[in-house]
Amino acid sequence: MSTDTNAAHAHGHHHGDGHAHGTFSSYMLGFVLSVVLTAVPFWLVMSGTLPSKQITALVIMAFAIVQIVVHMIYFLHMNAASENGWTLMALIFTIVMVVIALSGSLWVMSHLNSNMMPMHQMSGMK
Amino acid sequence: MSPDLPKLIFGRLTLESLPLHEPIVVGTFVVVALGGAALLGGLTYFRLWGYLWREWFTTVDHKRIGIMYMILGIVMLLRGFADALMMRGQQMLAFGGSEGYLNAHHYDQIFTAHGVIMIFFVAMPLVTGLMNYVVPLQIGARDVSFPFLNNFSFWMTVGGAVLVMASLFIGEFARTGWLAYPPLSNIGYSPDVGVDYYIWALQIAGVGTTLSGINLICTIVKLRCPGMTMMKMPVFTWTSLCTNVLIVASFPVLTVVLVLLSLDRYVGTNFFTNDFGGSPMMYVNLIWIWGHPEVYILVLPAFGIFSEVTSTFSGKRLFGYTSMVYATVVITILSYLVWLHHFFTMGSGASVNSFFGITTMIISIPTGAKMFNWLFTMYRGRIRYELPMMWTVAFMLTFVIGGMTGVLLAVPPADFVLHNSLFLIAHFHNVIIGGVVFGAFAGINYWFPKAFGFKLDPFWGKISFWFWVTGFYLAFMPLYVLGLMGVTRRLRVFDDPSLQIWFVIAAVGALFVFIGILSMLMQFAVSLLRREQLKDVTGDPWDGRTLEWATSSPPPDYNFAFTPVVHDNDAWWDMKRRGYQRPLTGFKPIHMPSSTGTGIIIAGLATAMGFALVWYMWWLAVVSFIAMVAVGIGHTFNYHRDFDIPAEDVIRTEDARTKLLAGVN
Amino acid sequence: MTVAVHPSQTGEPVFYLADEHPHPEGWSTSLGFWIYLMSDCLIFAILFATYGVLGGNYAAGPAPKDLFDLNLVAVNTSMLLLSSITYGFAMLTMQQNKVAQTQAWLAITGLFGLAFIGIELFEFAHMIHEGATPQRSAFLSAFFTLVGTHGLHVSCGLIWLVTLMVQVRKFGLIEANRRRLMCLSMFWHFLDVVWIGVFTFVYLLGVLR
Repeated sequence: MSTDTNAAHAHGHHHGDGHAHGTFSSYMLGFVLSVVLTAVPFWLVMSGTLPSKQITALVIMAFAIVQIVVHMIYFLHMNAASENGWTLMALIFTIVMVVIALSGSLWVMSHLNSNMMPMHQMSGMK
Repeated sequence: MSPDLPKLIFGRLTLESLPLHEPIVVGTFVVVALGGAALLGGLTYFRLWGYLWREWFTTVDHKRIGIMYMILGIVMLLRGFADALMMRGQQMLAFGGSEGYLNAHHYDQIFTAHGVIMIFFVAMPLVTGLMNYVVPLQIGARDVSFPFLNNFSFWMTVGGAVLVMASLFIGEFARTGWLAYPPLSNIGYSPDVGVDYYIWALQIAGVGTTLSGINLICTIVKLRCPGMTMMKMPVFTWTSLCTNVLIVASFPVLTVVLVLLSLDRYVGTNFFTNDFGGSPMMYVNLIWIWGHPEVYILVLPAFGIFSEVTSTFSGKRLFGYTSMVYATVVITILSYLVWLHHFFTMGSGASVNSFFGITTMIISIPTGAKMFNWLFTMYRGRIRYELPMMWTVAFMLTFVIGGMTGVLLAVPPADFVLHNSLFLIAHFHNVIIGGVVFGAFAGINYWFPKAFGFKLDPFWGKISFWFWVTGFYLAFMPLYVLGLMGVTRRLRVFDDPSLQIWFVIAAVGALFVFIGILSMLMQFAVSLLRREQLKDVTGDPWDGRTLEWATSSPPPDYNFAFTPVVHDNDAWWDMKRRGYQRPLTGFKPIHMPSSTGTGIIIAGLATAMGFALVWYMWWLAVVSFIAMVAVGIGHTFNYHRDFDIPAEDVIRTEDARTKLLAGVN
Repeated sequence: MTVAVHPSQTGEPVFYLADEHPHPEGWSTSLGFWIYLMSDCLIFAILFATYGVLGGNYAAGPAPKDLFDLNLVAVNTSMLLLSSITYGFAMLTMQQNKVAQTQAWLAITGLFGLAFIGIELFEFAHMIHEGATPQRSAFLSAFFTLVGTHGLHVSCGLIWLVTLMVQVRKFGLIEANRRRLMCLSMFWHFLDVVWIGVFTFVYLLGVLR
């Protein structure tokens, strides 16, 4: 492997590099979107503008998801062509796993907690 | 005030930590020490350390790493099985007021160690070893994607094994069962070192396994030879791909759970405590989110082996290749939707239990489809009952029984009666032994000639086979009966004398298996002595169908002088049929990765850090951690990690093979 | 590898590559690192699940609204977001082969990262001083572990960043170093993605409860 200190890789081949690259404008767009998508939730919570807490919660969660997608596209250069689609497939698989682990755990644990509360146990004791 | 110097240096390690009052352990130590001294002495006397370091410990060659994994698995099988014999012995004797020969303190460690060792240090290494050896060859590659990581992964697994073995002679092991549920495993009920040994052994080995998973996924995705599309890959490669996806998608969960448990134990957090808002049930939930995919990690490679063996020894293309692939992928995904069936009785209620009961039943269907595909492959084939095929037939019968009892357990009301009974123990041993162990033995007999150039001795192999199969049934069918009669697992002493006969039969079964294991060791020894008669010079002793059989036995370091080009499934079979001529000239230099000592050094430091954390030797933990980081960063400053095998070396190797093949014809 | 397989002169099928181009170094690195990131994603998912299950168990101790200073969290978030964009700029100058500018942007990224860690440590110290220790309740155990793990990852990223700056200074923007910078880029942005989850589900939703 060459250790020449000159950074003269002029032939610019990106063989093993299945990753797309950003441009200045795409990075800036991502950044501005992220700033907005961060500032608005903070403001909504700190000012209490929306009518109810539940609605605020749902709105900021939606903003979070959108901002994650913005990061994926503009910073992580997520696209369906990278590594012949394997990058996207790995991401989708991981998201599915995460959803299963998160929702499964919350569902299971909430049932366990309500069924196995100490008072409930005592009433069922022989 | 002078600090307590021994405590500072040795943490909580004192002379009392040595189990000098346990005669069985002392006896074991003497035997191991003598054997170990003989081995180390022999290596020194024959001046083999240099050879071992250069050719084996620092190798990045997937074939040698695969062989080392297999050796680790078989060595640890002896330890794990010794635990099994001891348990069978105790349970057979402890009736009518007798306490047996093992006290509770000892017995509880034995069943814990048995489970931990068999799953993490026998089954995982055997399966990983076979995948490591075979997959690059099957896809026409020269090595895995990340050869250095491969070496590192192996040594991390060894590090975990070292910690478990160390717990036998220094301190003690956990007494919690192989999954170490809190609150028992928390600091209040297990203040001693046992659970800490458990945690660090699994964390260290787990890092190795996770990295290995990433490695093999990339290998299969990126390094397939030209023409080998996904749907032309051998089935073993497909199952390896799915297995490694399962590894990457499940081991992080284990990592987190063990971290949370260790935080509870070391720092006093309240994840799994009974008070301050903790929930021990969350541990059970999380550990089984890992635990269920884990058992598919173990069995999917075995399914792949059976597919290869069945088609090879039936002389027929595998029936239903596409459905095999789909079945494997479906199993992979579904394995994430069943985990609650391991704790139906914990109280999640009917709605949750029904959901997971149904998914558990559904997951048996793709496996059933595979079973039919194997049968249809055999149908109208010209079946040769070599050892790999014998193990495969035994698997088919045995695994189906185990699978059926699994579907029985999947019914929550039934599970309420049978959970944690001996019925459960019989079920999972049925599928693990019938599936994973028989698969590993089939794989060993099948690929041993490829790795070493001579077959395994069939006579001792058959003895081993019959004692294993008979022994398995004698050992575990009684446990189904006992479980249905209500006997709980992990019991040390029994009141009801009418149960004893079943335990005696089971103990006889264990002895049969013991003879089976000894016969297997005999098989290795005899094969080595008789290797001239058992020699195979063709590289293709079974008339195989996949690319690994295209190489010499053993393959050269570079696997293939020229990267193969593939046109069909069963690529080697296709080549043989279409008049493939092995090229004799035109060899070029081949680019290969270099050996390195960094992997074993970092793993050694990790093991030292684990030991230090177990014994609260904080200075050693910090020093070894910093050293690990330093060595790791230092390693990244080495940019020269490859070398070229000169063309003359390739020519010489290939010419030698040409001569060998000519001698056969 | 996409190599054209030329049919031989006699029309026989070709079973090997007589003239092969070996895979370039680092052929698998991008995908491998991405898959590692996916495993890291799972680690955080389980930590989030743990926080989700145990995060309401205050054990009669302090709750989120007693502890979280959203102004500080907002400052912290902006440190991390700024560090993401400055790393992006580093990647742009890297593609243009400008070593000095790349080093400069990397250094600025490091400073923002350091600020993030500093503010977080200050926040933790303050909480502990108030008695909201990780041992106080399951909620706090989960909080410190989730947020702390993220902070640990950022710290590792900073060590990696410094190492890479040294390596770029020593060897320049050679292919290997570019690959490494790409990997760190993925890692860094991924950590920002995780932080979106943290500030939303831990801090904002916590204060809302």
